[in-house]
Parts: sequence; C-alpha cells; structure tokens
Amino acid sequence: MLLSANPLEGLEQQIVFGIASGSIYASLALALVLIYRAMEAINFAQGEMATFSTFIAWMLMTTFQWSFWITFPLVVVLSFVGGVALERVVIRPVERAPILTMILVTLGLFSIFNGLSGLIWGYTIRTFPSPFPVSPISLGGVAIGFQDLGLIGVSLLLLFLIYLFFSRTKLGLMMRASALYPQSSRLLGVRVGWMLALGWGLSAAVGAVSGMMVAPVLSLDPNLMQSVLLFAFTAAVLGGIENPFGAVIGGIVVGVLLALVGTYVPHAEDLRLVFGFIVIVLVLLFRPAGLVGRAHVTRV
Amino acid sequence: MHSLLKPGPALWLFLLLLAAIAPLYVLGRFPTLEWAYVWALLIGMIGINILTGYCGQISLGNSAFMAIGGYTTAILIYRAGWNYLLTIPVAGVLASVGGVLLGIPALRLRGIYLATATFALAISAPSVIRHFDQLSGGSQGISIPPAEDPFGLVSSQSLTSEQWLYYMALVIAAALFLFSRALLSTHVGRAFRAIRESETAAVANGVSLAYYKTLAFAISAFYAGVAGSLYAINTAYVSPDSFNVGLSLALVVGAVIGGLGTGIGPILGAAFTVWSPTYTQILFNTKPDIAFGVLLILVMYTMPSGIAGGVYRLWAWYRRQRAAGRPKSGEEGTVQVGKVASPPEVSGPGP
Amino acid sequence: MALLELQDVVASYGSRRALHGVSLIVEEGSIVAMLGANGAGKTTTLRAITGLVKVQGAIRFDGRSIAGRPTEEIARLGIAHVPEGRGTMSQLSVLENLQMGACLRRDPKAVRQDIDRVYGYFPWMKSRLEQPAALLSGGEQQMLAIARAMMMRPRLLLLDEPSLGLAPIVVRGIFKIIETINSEQGVTIMLVEQNARIALKSADSAYVLEVGAVAVSGLARELARDESVRKSYLGY
Ligand SMILES: Nc1ncnc2c1ncn2[C@@H]1O[C@H](COP(=O)(O)OP(=O)(O)OP(=O)(O)O)[C@@H](O)[C@H]1O
Ligand SMILES: [Mg+2]
Repeated sequence: MLLSANPLEGLEQQIVFGIASGSIYASLALALVLIYRAMEAINFAQGEMATFSTFIAWMLMTTFQWSFWITFPLVVVLSFVGGVALERVVIRPVERAPILTMILVTLGLFSIFNGLSGLIWGYTIRTFPSPFPVSPISLGGVAIGFQDLGLIGVSLLLLFLIYLFFSRTKLGLMMRASALYPQSSRLLGVRVGWMLALGWGLSAAVGAVSGMMVAPVLSLDPNLMQSVLLFAFTAAVLGGIENPFGAVIGGIVVGVLLALVGTYVPHAEDLRLVFGFIVIVLVLLFRPAGLVGRAHVTRV
Repeated sequence: MHSLLKPGPALWLFLLLLAAIAPLYVLGRFPTLEWAYVWALLIGMIGINILTGYCGQISLGNSAFMAIGGYTTAILIYRAGWNYLLTIPVAGVLASVGGVLLGIPALRLRGIYLATATFALAISAPSVIRHFDQLSGGSQGISIPPAEDPFGLVSSQSLTSEQWLYYMALVIAAALFLFSRALLSTHVGRAFRAIRESETAAVANGVSLAYYKTLAFAISAFYAGVAGSLYAINTAYVSPDSFNVGLSLALVVGAVIGGLGTGIGPILGAAFTVWSPTYTQILFNTKPDIAFGVLLILVMYTMPSGIAGGVYRLWAWYRRQRAAGRPKSGEEGTVQVGKVASPPEVSGPGP
Repeated sequence: MALLELQDVVASYGSRRALHGVSLIVEEGSIVAMLGANGAGKTTTLRAITGLVKVQGAIRFDGRSIAGRPTEEIARLGIAHVPEGRGTMSQLSVLENLQMGACLRRDPKAVRQDIDRVYGYFPWMKSRLEQPAALLSGGEQQMLAIARAMMMRPRLLLLDEPSLGLAPIVVRGIFKIIETINSEQGVTIMLVEQNARIALKSADSAYVLEVGAVAVSGLARELARDESVRKSYLGY
C-alpha cells in the first residue's frame, strides 16, 4: 500500500501532503545515510528492521495497553541496542569483506526480519494508533493535518539532533573519523568496531522512529516499509547518500514530486515505484554527488 | 584457474548423462517438475555468473528481466497464439534489449550504487506489470495452456508432461551453459575479467568499458529472459508477484553459493536449491524467509567464495598439509579464490 | 628500566618477510633513533609495535606483552604512532584533528592547556583551526601529526620520519620540540629517520637496521663518532 493523495484537492494541498509524506522517506533515508557514513555500505534491511521495531511498539500498545509516549522512547532505545548488537554479532565478521558480501548479508537480514515479523505478528493489516490529533488546522487557506505537521516536525527534529550529535559531540567526531580514517583512528586508540556498532544502533533507532511515524498513515503489516525503503533510497541518492541534510531535502523533493505525479498523471498509482527507480538512475548518472552534495575537500 | 574447478569434458558429460537419465529412473513426477524449475533457474544463475562473477557488475534486478521473458512468452501465447517454443528466443532477445537499456546507465554506476539502482528496478517491476493490465492481465496474471511437445511423445505416453518440461529445460540449459563457456574463453571473456580486476587497467589495455559492460548486461539479461520464459512455460501461468525482488535474490544467492567466477558455480548453486527446502519455497512462494536469510549469512561467513571456492580451499589446504608433512602455523596467508574473498588487511599508507 | 622491548620480532606482508628477528630495547625517558637504508624495515618495526602488521616474537611494553593485540588497545596503553604518510584526517578540520588526538582523555582542562602548548610550538596553527587539514602543506601536515600525537599524552611516542618534506630550518625546530617533549613531559621517543646526522644528535641511543635485522646498535654519540659505521651505514 502506498501513500496516495486525493486528486481532487488543490495544488497547495498536494504540496503540503507531499512534504508530509516526503518527511517519512526523509527519516528512513537518514537511517540509511547514518550507516553509509559509518561504513560506506547500504543496509538493505533498514526498512525491515524499522518494521520490526514498529511491530514491537504495536504489541506494547495493543497487548499491554501502554501509552504511545511511553512506548515510543522505549522502542527507540530498544532498537538502538538491537542495532548495536546486530552489528557486533552479524556484521562484524564481514566488516572488511568486499561490497558484494556486505550487500548479501544485509539482504539476508532483510529476509530474516521480514520473516520474523510475519511469523510473530502475521500478515494481516493492523491499524497503528497515531499520536497526533486527527483534526486539521488551517494555515492560509490550506488545511494541514496535525498528522502531517507531526511527520514534518519529527523528521526535522531528527535531522537537527543528528547534526548536533555529529558536529558538536566528541563521540560524533570519533564516529566520523573512524568511518573516514579507520587506521588513523585506531592509532589514536579509538575502538573503530564499536563506532560502527554505534552507527548501526543510531540508524536502527532512527529507522524505528520512521516506522512508528509511517505506520499510522499506511497501516502496519510486515511489508510496511518496502515501498518506503525504495523512496528512502531515492531520497538518499538525491541528497548525496552521505549527507543527512541532503537526505531530508531529497525526501521532501521525492514526496512532493510523487504527490504532483499522482495529481497530474492519470492512473499513475502503480508507476510510483518505477518513478523512484528512474529518479535514482537519473541522479546517479547526472549528479552522482546528489542535488545538495558537496565534493570532498582536496588541495588543487 | 584451478584444475579442480575446471573439470574436463568427461565430468561435464557424466553430469549431463546423470541429469538425462535421472527422471527416467530416480525422480518422481513432482521432483521432475521441480528439477525443470532448477534448470530454468540455472540459466538465470549462469547469467548472474557472467555479469557478476566474470565482469564484476552487481545486479539485483535480474528478476525484472525474467519478468520480461516470462511475460513475452505468456503474451505471445495467450494473445497472439504463438507456439511456445518459438517464444523462448524472443523472450531472451526482448529481455536483452532491457539489459542494454539498464547497461547504459550502469556504465557509470559502481558497487553499492549499482546494487541500489538494480534493487530499485526489482522492487518496482511488479507494479509496472500491474499498471499495464490491458496487456499483462494486471494482478490476475495470465494463464497459458500447458505445453505440449511437438513430437507427440507425451500423447503417445513415452514421456510424462513433467518429463517433457524437464528435458526441454535441460537441453536449453546445457546449450546455454556450453555457449557461456565458449564465450568466456574468447577475448570477450578476457575483457570481462579485465574489467572485473581493474577498470582502469582494462581501459589502459584498450578494453572498451562501454561496449563490454553493456554486452555483459545484455547477455545476462538474455539468460534471465530465457529463464523467465521457461518459468512461465513450466508454471503455465505468470503473475506480477512471481517476479519480485525475492526471485532476484534467489538468483544472486544461488550464484554466490555455488561460487562466482567459476564454471561449475551456477550448477552447484542450482543443485543446492533442491537440497534446501526453504530455498525452493522461495521459488514457489516468492516470499523472503527466516531460514533463507540465516543460511545466506552463514554461507557468507564460512564460504565467501562459494561451494566451488570452499572445495578448492579445502583441497589446497590438504595438499599443503601433505607437502609440509606437519601442520604449519599461520605463516602463509589463507588462500582465497574469486572476487568475493576478503582482501588482506590494509597495509599501505593510511587514507 | 626498559619501557619497550622487542625480542626476535618477525613480521611479514603476505608471504614476504620484512623483519627477520629484530630485538631492541627502549629505555624509559630516552630518545631512540632507528636508522637504515630504504626498505630496511624501519617502518615495519613501528607497525609491528602498534599491531598494524602481523608479528611473531615478543613485544613488551611496560612489562606487558602487546604482540598480537589490536592496534587501538595498544594505543590505549599509551603508545602514540605518527605513521609514515602522516595519517592526516584530511576532511576533518585542524582543530578536529587535534581533538581526535585527545579523544580518549577525560581531563578537559588539561586538554585545553595542551592545545595551548601546541599553539606555542606551532603558532601558525592557531589561525587555521577551522580549515580542513587537506588544505595544509605537506610539512604543515607533518607538524599537525606530531601535535595530534602529543595530544594523546602518550608514554611512548613513535615517529616515522618526522623530518620528511620539511625545510631544514623547520627540521631543526621539530627536533627541538621533540627534545622538549622528551625532557619536559618525560615522553619516551622512538624515531625513524633518514637524516642520521640530526637524529643522532638528539638521540640517546640508536639502532641501525639492515634487511630486516639490527646491524649495529649503541649509544648515539658513539655511533656518530664511529667512522666505519658512519661510512657503511649512515652515508655521511
Ligand atoms: N604493504 C606492504 N606490502 C608488501 N611489502 C611491503 C609493504 N610495506 C613494506 N613492504 C616491504 O617490506 C620491507 C620493509 O619495508 P619498510 O617500509 O619497513 O622499510 P623502511 O625501512 O621504512 O624504508 P623507507 O626508509 O623507504 O621508509 C621492504 O622490502 C618493503 O618492500
Ligand atoms: Mg619507512
């Protein structure tokens, strides 16, 4: 199932809607970017891991009747720990393996998490409670749902936190250095392996946030994040794959473009995914550093 | 290449003979049909092996080419009344056109980017098929009449219909296998390998990246197209979800498990499918699955260069043991075969 | 007391041996120079100490065996290694490079003082803190690498050709700084040098390596005085 706009509404409405759904892609793209920055690899299981986290949240809220505001931080923390553990146990043996090995291992994780979600929670579609009130507010004649505002707010907040973490904290600096210069970092006593694990943990946590934001909109099943993952790829590539800021811009651009395509191209519903594919190919061909990507500093 | 991985004609003949008599004496009806799928899959894996194993280009999108092949066959039979045998080459050719189209952008993409782009292709293929429902039958798919053999062997009860499907797929697979061996031993194969080892060096030696990479994609897609066509004929049905990303995974995983860049790899990979129940389940359900994922990861840990590479390593280890007379401590680096083996620890100057 | 001790250390790159049994001792508080022709195995010896290359044989630091331990754990024991090629983190800023040197320390006040001390040694750095290290010249990167290692407050500092690419006047300055680090902060130093003359002037003792083994060793001033050693190994 995909996010779809109501074609009868006006352009402004479509754009607002596009920005909101783009925020979802942006948040998962942020998770992808975090791992890419840590180890120059793409985690193909990112979406499935997020879905798994979301199911845990769903279980806590329905079976145990916990409130959203307790469940949410708890699941984020759990996902962080899970991400760290996953890196230490599953990824570590192939940390330095060739790219194909890495890709296949994360594809293996894709299968495992998708299968686990299906096995534990089944394939029926569930509704996931939204933390935001349903009623829209009106801003300059455009109705904006709290849901949409919430999505936008959450991904901007995530971006801001990630920015602060990497630019203002010592740990963030150590993670950047380990990713770019593993040997130099080791010589300075940095446990590079744990920095990687931390990257996975952060990424899993961000993914969990993304999943819990998407689920109320798309409703929850084991394949929840697959289409989202494709658009997150698109967003990440559009933003230059190692740039968190770019990922968010990319996500929003993708969201708006999709909304516009949905409005103005008849029967385009099924073509949304291939649209993502085409954008990925075009960007990689013509702007491999992404729309907002900056080239690396080098002496000339 | 190592002698063990380069079996002589005698071994190939023996394997072929074994495959030829198996359905007559050993296999029941259902296993025979299952093996007919395996041969189709083998063709797809040979395609991956050429592209990834020899030319070094990753593709997670070959399920889309299988879809082109499968739908070409189904549509030509269902809407144009073609004989299904004639549709097979057309399926291959149309798929290879798709391969060229993908090959052009793929020229400038490497590693993780190529994987991402082709993954996106695989994810989006089913929805495109669904979109053109006038032609493709949408989510319902297309049913086609069961394949009848042109020689009347089935109607005269000399063969069961499963056996016919089996032999047809086997013959095509064997022919395409031989073709790939022949092709890889020419300058084309050398160019592929040169590109795999180092694109820069290949260019310096006058290898045209544009030409050979596109060629590799085209050939790989041709094999996928034929595989998809046989898949459709075996099942007598196609639907968008038969050709999802899980199928791409199955192809890549089979080729990797067998041993990329080795002749026998795809055969080992395809044979593996029969021994791995969860794996065949993927073929028929096309649903990712826990055991499959676990298996995949375990194989990457233990045999990064596949069964063929693993066997070779064991063999090399055995010979070293015999040569040394006594076990030696780890002075020599481990022998690793093929592209997927991990490189030695970085020892040059830092980044 | 010996701070660092190597005994019959053998190291190989793949199947190729680079060290054939190196034994040496670095006394606490001293400056030890390691000299030798290109390819003699000087860099490899340093890499062996910090675990960047697989070794056999015994390596003891402060009485503890460190052979076979991971690089980061060796560094955490207090060994700073300025590698050949400087290990500049070129996309990080100059300041971030310095901060990385101190990233494991838990004494922010002392770190700030150390940064000030670095400005004292290398005044040019102060005005270029925000620049990416990639924009520094080769010699400036060399100084940054030494400064970064100082930020670790190591007990043992391994320097691989600190004079490489530096103007002669700067070389003299660098060696002054090295001597100061040694005498004021009590950091033991082991340095690899091509410039034997200046290295022997600063060092207390020296080892000359030849094809992966120690050929000559002794007190620095005695080696410098010994004409035959100078002629056959040091080339001046
Ligand atoms: N990464 C490597 N792979 C293979 N062989 C290497 C590697 N690094 C060094 N060697 C070899 O090991 C031997 C010792 O090299 P090392 O770098 O220790 O020499 P060095 O004394 O530092 O020389 P220089 O003064 O030129 O820096 C040389 O023969 C060199 O060719
Ligand atoms: Mg050297």
